[in-house]
Amino acid sequence: MIRFTRVTKSYPKTGTAVQDVNLSVGKGEFIFMTGPSGAGKTTLLKMVYMEERPTSGEVRVSGTSSVTATPRDVAKLRRKLGIVFQDFRLLEDRTVEQNVSFALEVIGAPTAVIGGKVARVLTQVGLAAKGRALPRELSGGEQQRVAIARALVNDPFALIADEPTGNLDDRATRGIFQLLREINASGTAIMMATHNLELIRRQEFRTIEMNRGQIVFDSAEPGSAANAP
Amino acid sequence: MIRSMRDAFDTFQRSPLLSALSVTTIAFSLFALGLFGLVALNIREALERLEDRVEIRAFVTDGTPAEDVVRAATDIAGFPEVLSAQVVTQEQALKRAQTELGEFRDVFEGAILPGSIDLRLRAGMRDPATVKRVASRVKAFSFIDDIRYGEEWIEKLYRLRNIAGIAGLALGLAFAIVSVIIIGATIRMAVLARAREISIMRLVGATDAYIRRPFLIEGFAKGVLGGLFALLLTWLAQSLINRYVIHTIFFDARIAVLGLLFGAMLGLVGSAVSVGRHLRRV
Repeated sequence: MIRFTRVTKSYPKTGTAVQDVNLSVGKGEFIFMTGPSGAGKTTLLKMVYMEERPTSGEVRVSGTSSVTATPRDVAKLRRKLGIVFQDFRLLEDRTVEQNVSFALEVIGAPTAVIGGKVARVLTQVGLAAKGRALPRELSGGEQQRVAIARALVNDPFALIADEPTGNLDDRATRGIFQLLREINASGTAIMMATHNLELIRRQEFRTIEMNRGQIVFDSAEPGSAANAP
Repeated sequence: MIRSMRDAFDTFQRSPLLSALSVTTIAFSLFALGLFGLVALNIREALERLEDRVEIRAFVTDGTPAEDVVRAATDIAGFPEVLSAQVVTQEQALKRAQTELGEFRDVFEGAILPGSIDLRLRAGMRDPATVKRVASRVKAFSFIDDIRYGEEWIEKLYRLRNIAGIAGLALGLAFAIVSVIIIGATIRMAVLARAREISIMRLVGATDAYIRRPFLIEGFAKGVLGGLFALLLTWLAQSLINRYVIHTIFFDARIAVLGLLFGAMLGLVGSAVSVGRHLRRV
């Protein structure tokens, strides 16, 4: 479903961010990506939704190849992915409902189906009562739930989450993580980058550790490296 | 499409001052262009009226048999450049001079004026080179004494027309570029104001064409509005000049519509360039 084959990404100014990575993510998997800042986690995730293209090697996501994809192919691919960030990226002048329906409107979804889908997904993330609120009236955890609702409203096959709990306190972190587990249980694959080792230790999910652009540990292949987290 | 139009309209509403400012700048650029166009149009109109009067007069030597003159006139009328060739006898020349001079007609009492063949050229063949060529061919007839065709003022007329044409084109081009830059800058402000929105749009899978559309509609609408405004200003200016200074004519409907389309095109090009640059950069 997601496959990295000998992927290297370098930047002219900052050098190599990801080096010779091979990685395969199966349907409905839950993967933690961990490692120090600058290890290449964000770059790796960006290559999944093709915000960045490899300098060499190939990324294939649901049949779309990084080597041949046109901008239009990338737009189509992103409709099948949900993407969530540490800083939520909500539109401050729009309500919760409008933030979520925005994701459907801009891909030309028929108006008739938008209302129902938005209500369903807001119920799923526990914000059914706050549809009319503006983002600034919500807590950090609630804002991240809105962002997750927006990512989910298109029924993605995978959710890419880059430090989704980085700005949240412990309680909100647990809540968001619980929500991600539920989403995963319904069949959506999740790739989540995080610094929160506490969170990882308590779970049995696949864990990948990166350092200096390389995968130094993959719990699915225990022999891959010696230094487990 | 409806959503894009609503989006474009929203931008107008959200920043009315900026929108009004950009429409006004577009209007003034187009107004300058319109004024120049008006000058060019009126010069051309005046030149056409003057051209109608371009005439070659070939004077006939005294004592030439009338039938020779008539035969020559028929021959000359057959030239492809010639519209008509009219024989003017000595008596007719005298009569004409007396009519033209009105109260001084007595001066010509008993005078002898030379007869002539008066030529008119076809429209589009009144340029200095053609006039000169026809004149020299006519002069080849042995009984043609002298030939007059106001070579100096014909050449001046044409030079004036060429200068007006070139200056109009150059200034028009300069104003068009300025308009594109102004529209591009105002659309760019709108793009930057919505940069966050655009980045989220891309993230959730909106195509570049979809993102571009409201901005193109906005640019188009601003161009048309600016064009209408410029047309109104030009019309007011022309009315004032017509009333207080000199008689002039205004653009016909076809040119007015072309002007509006030109404004719309400037709006489209300006915003397309601006949004395109932003989308390539992010």
